[in-house]
Amino acid sequence: MPDTFFTATPDWGWLVVGYLFIGGLVGGCFFLAAMLHLAGRPTDRPIVHAGYVLAMLGAMIGGILLVVHLSQPLRFWHMLVQSNTGSPMFKAWSPMSVGSWGFAAFSLFATVAAVGAWAEARHPGSRLSSVARRWPGAVIAAVGGALALFVAGYTGVMFSVTNRPLWGDSAWLGGLFLSSAAATAAALLAIIASWRGGGQHATLQWLQRIGAAALVVELLFLVAYVVSLGAAARGLAGVWGWALGAVLVGGVLVPLVMQSSKQATHGNPRLFMAAALVMVGGFLLRTVIVFSSSAIHVSGSGVHGL
Amino acid sequence: MAQAMGFFTDTSVCIGCKACETACKAWNQLPAKDGGKPPMTGDSYDNTARLSGEDWRHVKFIEQFDEDRTNGRWLMMSDVCKHCVTAPCLEVCPTGAIIRTEFDTVVIQSDACNGCQLCIAACPFGVIDVNPVSKTAEKCTLCYDRLQAGMKPACAQACPTDSIQFGPITQLRQTAAARLTQLHEQGEKRASLYGADDSILGGLNSFYLLLDKPQAYGLPAHPTMPTRNLLWGSLSSAAAAVIIGVAGLLGLRARRLNEQAGQEKAPDA
Repeated sequence: MPDTFFTATPDWGWLVVGYLFIGGLVGGCFFLAAMLHLAGRPTDRPIVHAGYVLAMLGAMIGGILLVVHLSQPLRFWHMLVQSNTGSPMFKAWSPMSVGSWGFAAFSLFATVAAVGAWAEARHPGSRLSSVARRWPGAVIAAVGGALALFVAGYTGVMFSVTNRPLWGDSAWLGGLFLSSAAATAAALLAIIASWRGGGQHATLQWLQRIGAAALVVELLFLVAYVVSLGAAARGLAGVWGWALGAVLVGGVLVPLVMQSSKQATHGNPRLFMAAALVMVGGFLLRTVIVFSSSAIHVSGSGVHGL
Repeated sequence: MAQAMGFFTDTSVCIGCKACETACKAWNQLPAKDGGKPPMTGDSYDNTARLSGEDWRHVKFIEQFDEDRTNGRWLMMSDVCKHCVTAPCLEVCPTGAIIRTEFDTVVIQSDACNGCQLCIAACPFGVIDVNPVSKTAEKCTLCYDRLQAGMKPACAQACPTDSIQFGPITQLRQTAAARLTQLHEQGEKRASLYGADDSILGGLNSFYLLLDKPQAYGLPAHPTMPTRNLLWGSLSSAAAAVIIGVAGLLGLRARRLNEQAGQEKAPDA
């Protein structure tokens, strides 16, 4: 039996699944928006704004989920400040420690970017709007985009840096989570672009293309993940293995085929279906990763949940 | 730093009396489970089931019997935190609540812990759990308060067969080596030491003499640090980010080139 099977499970349930999904989704949204901001053109701006506003909202919801999942929520700040000395708390080798700082910084950048987006969309003549369009806006996009990628990926690395079955048994969860985050974000922004109509046609096409690229990367990491599990893959026998199979087929392969067969146009139900499948698949992926491992735990003289 | 102190648990003389469990709960004022209702696990004489926030010692009962129970033996082992010299829980704790004491033991400071539970996922032995009263991660402190007062930990004090021995690690290792030799000479060839040298996590300051493979006792054979995956995990994430980022930028470049080509063609049309 793999060594990781002799461990106990943290009580990480739906709040953590929710954070993993929303954090990945909005990290991806900010990253895609930042790319369109820095290398796109004016017609992309509505989607840039949508990405930034979603990032801010998601950072707020994600932050609440992170705090509430603690068994001592009022001590959430202990992640950032040493409670006994008042000095900063930081461990470069602990993904949760680095993640706490990264997520806090991302939330800040997402909020500033969302304020800029609001000014640009609602008060185009304002001074704030022109600042958002010039270099300060670009700096926010560039630094925030890097932080967004970090937020989309660090959770996977955090799960790999444990001794739990199906988490610590593979080093590939970081790449898997990041690519899935980018795919779900491209899907969500594609739905928004589709709703907004003709003006966003070129943006929609780009979102579909990068969404497909992210799905291909996700497919590769999903296969690499399962292969790297080795003997620990027995933990996926049963319902969680089937659920992971459903992610592979319904959340990755089917949307890829649906998108590649024909360029979807606005309001096309096929586009909406493919995007919805990608998002449901992204949520199910995180559900499987969290709960499949939690089902395995030691009790008495043996390991239960197999 | 004071001398490194710890436990040597000789499972060959454990009689499964659970005095260690009781003494630990009494001294550390650990709460009862389910309002004190007698728990029934259906697993031999084990009514504790596992180490938890309420039970920092857990006596395991392993029944190794034939189908008809004519041949067999009992293995009993009082499980506890291993106080690893390189401790995975301490390494990942994001609040700094987990510390190494002057006795080279590992202690969770309850007032600093915020209950993120990452230490539970990091511990290779399934030792840590959330205590329902303090709502923080808790485990054996190797009776840090008693050690500071020059006393033995409660469990070692209570153990009637000296299965749990407390003392300086260097001395305990000598005792363990002598006991192992004695057992081997008596023909008990299955006896082995677990964590008595530096090979497991830099050494376990709570180490064991076992009468079977570690796995038979629910112990991992080769426990490792969770950070073994940090480099490749980070690189996998970075690789995905670079591939998707480059794909996105190439897509935007292709779009711009297409548009330029379209604009150049337009006047001719």
